[in-house]
Amino acid sequence: MPPRLNIVVPVKRVIDYAIKPRVNAAKNIVETNGVKFSLNPFCEIAVEEAVRLRESNKDLVESITLVSAGSAKAQDALRSGLAMGADKAALIECPGIDDSKLLSLEPLAVAKLLKAYVDKSGANLVIMGKQAIDDDANQTGQMLAGLLNWSQATNASKVDVAEDGTVSVTREVDGGSETLAAKLPMVITTDLRLNVPRYTKLQDIMKAKKKKTDKLSPADLGVDITPRLETVSLADPPKRVGGAKVDSVDSLISKLKEVGAI
Amino acid sequence: MRTTLRAVRAVSARRVGSLATAKPALRTAPFLASAAAGFRVEAATALLQSCGRRNYSAAVTKVVRPTAEMYPEIVRDARFGELTAADVEYFKSILPESAILQDDQDLSGYNIDSMRKYNGQSRLVLKPRTTEEVSKIMKHCGERKLAVVPQGGNTGLVGGSVPVFDEIVISLANMNKIRSFDEVSGIIVVDAGCILEATDSFLAEHGYIFPLDLGAKGSCHIGGNVATNAGGLRLLRYGSLHGSVLGVEAVMADGTVVNGLGKLRKDNTGYDIKQLFIGSEGTLGVITGVSVLCPKRSKVVNVAFFGLDSYEKVQQAFVKAKSELGEVLSAFEFMDRESQIQVARFSELRRPLDEQHNFYVLVETSGSNREHDDEKLQNYLEGLMESEIIDDGVVAQDETQLKNIWTWREGIPESLARTGGVYKYDVSIPLEDLYLMVEDCRARLIEKGYEIGTEASNIVSVVGYGHLGDGNLHLNVAVKSYDKAIEKVLEPWVYEWIQKRQGSISAEHGLGFAKRPFLKYSKDQSMINLMKQVKEIYDPNGIMNPYKYI
Ligand SMILES: Cc1cc2nc3c(=O)[nH]c(=O)nc-3n(C[C@H](O)[C@H](O)[C@H](O)COP(=O)(O)OP(=O)(O)OC[C@H]3O[C@@H](n4cnc5c(N)ncnc54)[C@H](O)[C@@H]3O)c2cc1C
Repeated sequence: MPPRLNIVVPVKRVIDYAIKPRVNAAKNIVETNGVKFSLNPFCEIAVEEAVRLRESNKDLVESITLVSAGSAKAQDALRSGLAMGADKAALIECPGIDDSKLLSLEPLAVAKLLKAYVDKSGANLVIMGKQAIDDDANQTGQMLAGLLNWSQATNASKVDVAEDGTVSVTREVDGGSETLAAKLPMVITTDLRLNVPRYTKLQDIMKAKKKKTDKLSPADLGVDITPRLETVSLADPPKRVGGAKVDSVDSLISKLKEVGAI
Repeated sequence: MRTTLRAVRAVSARRVGSLATAKPALRTAPFLASAAAGFRVEAATALLQSCGRRNYSAAVTKVVRPTAEMYPEIVRDARFGELTAADVEYFKSILPESAILQDDQDLSGYNIDSMRKYNGQSRLVLKPRTTEEVSKIMKHCGERKLAVVPQGGNTGLVGGSVPVFDEIVISLANMNKIRSFDEVSGIIVVDAGCILEATDSFLAEHGYIFPLDLGAKGSCHIGGNVATNAGGLRLLRYGSLHGSVLGVEAVMADGTVVNGLGKLRKDNTGYDIKQLFIGSEGTLGVITGVSVLCPKRSKVVNVAFFGLDSYEKVQQAFVKAKSELGEVLSAFEFMDRESQIQVARFSELRRPLDEQHNFYVLVETSGSNREHDDEKLQNYLEGLMESEIIDDGVVAQDETQLKNIWTWREGIPESLARTGGVYKYDVSIPLEDLYLMVEDCRARLIEKGYEIGTEASNIVSVVGYGHLGDGNLHLNVAVKSYDKAIEKVLEPWVYEWIQKRQGSISAEHGLGFAKRPFLKYSKDQSMINLMKQVKEIYDPNGIMNPYKYI
């Protein structure tokens, strides 16, 4: 019988995956006004995995706790995760962080907040997204494992918990896959292929309203979140110029010559 | 990324995707490719790849028998001229070489319709780029009495967009420029060949939306939409094209250009002739330009999808939606169990609901205030759960889920088409009887000795779905191959059934070739006579899209 799992799933609210972000006129922030935010897709996969572990073996999982650091609006991300099946949530509300400044909550600060929270919570497993699709840092999980001095398995595409409490994680690497095994406690970061998250059921949305969310501040956790990086400038990716149709092989050749392709 | 933070997500999203698959363009990606590639969010609504001419090889490659052979009762009108080398020479003098197609291979995509039911024998496709070129073509065809078929995206579902015999196809595909857009009024003026989806994307950039949306958006033209008076998924919210089209520019059968590209919301100065072109299906003239009043795009869109156990309950959910979602309700689509089984056969996306239900409903709201809309939808859905009108339901949590849920509605026509052939009936009937038609149809087929959905049977499935909000049902009988005997069991039985309930035999797809013989089931003789007079006046030689409509 493996030890019962107390899982913490850190989640982040980000600009919706399907929405094209735009840089503001002053070129210092990504425009967030009136833009749709959703749960970061990798975080969604992490929540799904935690819920599946419970569904696969009802004695295995004792608790699933979500935690999000950010503005008060991070509550939305917690609500989505609770409706997917997490038990409770914690919101670390960071003063001075709002939608337009979400990127200034840096990975190291988040990792420190999470470490302090995990220490307090008595968790023995953290499942989290490998990266958030807004800043794409792909650092928080690794930093958290380092700070906690726990085992880490990043980019998981499969997670198994054995009878003796060994967790094996398959991860996609260049040219194939690799399987790691470690004892708890550990940090797992999720990759795209780990699972397909469920749709959120009405009943679960209704139930989620009754679930508890604790509120904390960085000060409560004794963490300094002052940014260490300065954003010098932001730029949109270069605009793609539309192609054109040509009438004949000759005109194709002359066009290619024009642009110096041949 | 130490000091310069280029965190622009278009880039990052692509990087995320590249692991599994690059993100295909929304609603144009083939439904399967994306799902098969692994990442859940990718699949868009697809559609039409299997129907549009771009992708024939990937879809069913069965030979489509010539229409003239399938319907020997229709004979070529001897009044029409026959295409000669001199005619082609003339067209070469007014059009570039690339705008004239004569090869068999090139022609087949224009001769065969999207359902692969009709196959014409045209020897010539012309692809003009300007209204003037269309005018020159029509002047010549008028003089020579050469019959023509105006063609848009060739997504029509009634065989109207392809020739029957040797009519010349005039494709509007090369007339695809947006002529003007007024940010203040929302009035857009486009060439007829602009693709609906491209036009809508252009409008989205400016915060507007095209007042029409339908599954074939990636291929159909605005001109084709106007010519068929397409209804689609948002009619409930934005009304019919008869209201939103403000002006039409068209070329008549003798080459005359009619400039009716008005941009006025109100204009009571005489007969509203443009209305005749809306829904004329190429029988009065070639539409070359259209001006349309577009509404502001809603900032907040929500989608919920739920399962119900009876049609009775679907109606109850609809009544409640009207009263409780009111002004934010933008779509109310229903689907039966069979239709979803068919979509599931081809889609590898996760089904929104794990368990099966007899009926499914997709509700969309569009508004401007997230909290307000969320709360309304939530209250509506909780009410439905509490009063046990619905058994189960999900709400899209992000844009990707929202789009994926839509594929379960929009993917129905395509998934049915993959079975081989589809007998499609697109009818309006009073709501309470709407689904009875599907049940009666199944019963009739069984009574006539047909099996449905067995290994040996030709009939794969009889499904019902549609725009419930508009009282519009799509009854589809999917078959492995078209069979005259099945057609005879269905027609005119379906039309008689509709007539008894004062319904319409074609709610939105039009008459085309398929419905022409059955017009009398929906319109009385006095109306039909008036229509014939209109046709006489505008097209006295009958060269505009003959053998169809009336
Ligand atoms: C997957 C799918 C979903 C669909 N969903 C809906 C729906 O929800 N609601 C709905 O109403 N319809 C629907 N349709 C059918 C609909 O009628 C067409 O998709 C669309 O409106 C036709 O546009 P098109 O450019 O493809 O026209 P075509 O198919 O090329 O032509 C249709 C008719 O219009 C005429 N025509 C086309 N262009 C012109 C022009 N410029 N001038 C004069 N005549 C012209 C043709 O001669 C023909 O008679 C659907 C079709 C598909 C394949």
